[in-house]
Amino acid sequence: MNNNLLEVRGLTKSFGALLASDDIDLEVREGETHAIIGPNGAGKTTLISQLAGNLLPDRGRVRFAGEDITALSAPARSHRGFARSFQITSIYRDFTALENVMLAVQAHAGSSFRFWGSARAERALQEPARRVLEEVGLGARTGLPGGNLAHGEQRQLEVAMALATRPRLMLLDEPVAGMGAEETQRMVGLISTLKGGKTIILVEHDMDAVFSLADRVSVLVYGRIVATGTPEEIRTNAEVRRAYLGDEVAA
Amino acid sequence: MNSRTRAIVLATGLAVLAAVPPVAGLLNQPFYLDLVRRIMIFAIAALSLNLILGYGGMISFGHAAYLGIGAYAVGVLAHYGIDNGFLQWALAIGASALVALVIGAVSIRTSGVYFIMITLAFTQMLYYLGISVEEFGGDDGMRLAAKSQFGLIDLNDGNAFYYLVLAVLVLFLFLGHRLVNSRFGMVIRAARSNEARTRSIGFSPYPYRLAAFVIAGAMCGLAGALLVNHTAYLTPEFMNWTRSGELMFMVILGGTASIAGPVLGAFALLLVEDALSGWTQHWQLILGPLLVLSVLFFRRGLAGLLFGKNE
Ligand SMILES: Nc1ncnc2c1ncn2[C@@H]1O[C@H](COP(=O)(O)OP(=O)(O)OP(=O)(O)O)[C@@H](O)[C@H]1O
Ligand SMILES: [Mg+2]
Repeated sequence: MNNNLLEVRGLTKSFGALLASDDIDLEVREGETHAIIGPNGAGKTTLISQLAGNLLPDRGRVRFAGEDITALSAPARSHRGFARSFQITSIYRDFTALENVMLAVQAHAGSSFRFWGSARAERALQEPARRVLEEVGLGARTGLPGGNLAHGEQRQLEVAMALATRPRLMLLDEPVAGMGAEETQRMVGLISTLKGGKTIILVEHDMDAVFSLADRVSVLVYGRIVATGTPEEIRTNAEVRRAYLGDEVAA
Repeated sequence: MNSRTRAIVLATGLAVLAAVPPVAGLLNQPFYLDLVRRIMIFAIAALSLNLILGYGGMISFGHAAYLGIGAYAVGVLAHYGIDNGFLQWALAIGASALVALVIGAVSIRTSGVYFIMITLAFTQMLYYLGISVEEFGGDDGMRLAAKSQFGLIDLNDGNAFYYLVLAVLVLFLFLGHRLVNSRFGMVIRAARSNEARTRSIGFSPYPYRLAAFVIAGAMCGLAGALLVNHTAYLTPEFMNWTRSGELMFMVILGGTASIAGPVLGAFALLLVEDALSGWTQHWQLILGPLLVLSVLFFRRGLAGLLFGKNE
C-alpha cells in the first residue's frame, strides 16, 4: 500500500453557519513531523479535535494504520496509539505532576478495575512516569500539584501526559504557546528528539519552531487546506504568502 | 497535618465512639446509645454517597433510595417470616446494587442538572411505590416483624447492635480509603477533575462511574438494613427526597475531600438537630441558616478544619 499512517478524506465540520473544517484531505506519513499552520480561527484546533476523537465530524473519513477510525471515541483512539496535547492547558490541577503522568501510564498498563492496592505505590506506574517527567524537564517538580506549576511547566506536563501513553501519533496543539524563549527552546529540543521515532502532527504559530521541526507543512485557511509541502515549498508558495505568511516571511 | 496526627485524631474519635455504651450505661442514659447509633448509620450512608458525590463528582440527589431498598429488603423478608440476618442483609446489598445499576446506567449518561434531576426522579418513583404497596403498610409503613437474626450477635441487645454498627462504620472507612486510592479510585477522581483529559489519555469514564455508583448504592443498602433494625419500623419515609438532601448536607458539611469527612458531617448535622429540637420547636428555622453559613465559611468542610488540606 503506502506509508501513510493517517489519511483524512473530505473532513467537514461546521458550527452553525461557520465552516470550521471544509472538505479537508490530509495525509501524514509514518514517522514524519507534519506541521499545520494557519491564522487564528482557521480551524486548526477543530481539526485536531476531530483527529483525536473529541469532536465528531459532520462528514468525511479518518483512516489510521489502514483502519477506518472515523467512529471511534477518544479513549479508543488513545488505545490505537493517538495522544493529544491541548492548546488550552488541560491537566489535573489537584494531582501532583507525577500523579498526572502516572494516570496516563495507568490507562495503558492493564486493567484499572482494581479496587484495593494503592495506585500511587505501584512502581510499574511510577517509574515510567518519572522517566517521562525527566525527559520533558520536570524531573525536579514531580511532587508539585499541577495547578501550582508555572505556565511553561504546565505545557511540559501536557506533553508528558501525551508521551506517557507511548503513542504512535502525537497531536500537539501549540505546545510552545505562551512560553518564554528558553522554555521554547527546550520544548523544540524535546520534540526534535521525538522526531522520526514518532509521527507528529504539530499545530504551531511559532514559525521558527515550525520550520526547524517540520518535514512537511500544511496551511489551513478558513477551514481549507490551501497548500501542503516541504517547509521550503511553503515558504516560497505564492498563495500561502498571500493568505497567511505574507509579512512574517517578507520581514 | 501529617498522616500520623491524622491517625491519632481518627483513633481518638473511634475510642470515643467505642466508649459511648459503657458511659451511657453508667449515666443511665440509654438515649445516647440510641442517638449515636442512629448517627453512625447515617454516617455510613453519607460516606457511601461521598464516594460518588465527592470523589466521582456525581451529584446524586437520590441516594436515600438505597436506604429504602435496604430497609425494605429486611422488612419484607421479615414480614414473610424470613428473619435470617445474613440472607436479609445480602438481599439488602444485592437489591441496592441492582437498582443502582439500573438507575446509574441511565443517569450517568447525563450530567449536570439533568443528572441531579434524574436521580431524584428515580428515587421519587421508588418512594411512591413504597407508599402505594398496602401489603407493607403503604404510607404508614409497618412494624419490623423481628430484628435480623445472626445467631451469636443479638440486635435486641442495644450494646451488641451498637458495636456492630460501629464495626461496619470502621470497615467502610477502611474500604473507602483503599478504594479511593486504588487504580479505580484514581480513575473516577481523574474523570471528575478533567473529563476531556481523562478521555484523551485513554479512559472511558462511563464504566468506572457506573461501578462506583453501584458500590455506593450497595454500601448504602447495608445502611438501610441497619436503619430498619434500628427504628424497628419500615416506612417509605426512608426514601423521602428530604432524606437524600440530608445525606448531601452531611457530605458537604463534613467535607468531600476525605473519607472521614461525611462522618463528621453526619455527627455535626444530627447532633445540632438534636440539640436544637430539644430547645425549641422552631429548630429548623435556626438549622437552615447555620447550614448556609457553614457551607459558605468551611469550603473544605469540617474535615478541612480538622485534618488540613489533603486526604
Ligand atoms: N465548539 C465551537 N462552537 C462554535 N464555534 C467554534 C467552536 N469551536 C471553534 N469554533 C470556531 O471555529 C473556528 C475555528 O476555531 P479553532 O479553535 O479550530 O481555530 P484555530 O485555528 O485553532 O485558532 P487559534 O490559532 O486561535 O487556536 C473559530 O472561528 C472558532 O470561533
Ligand atoms: Mg487553536
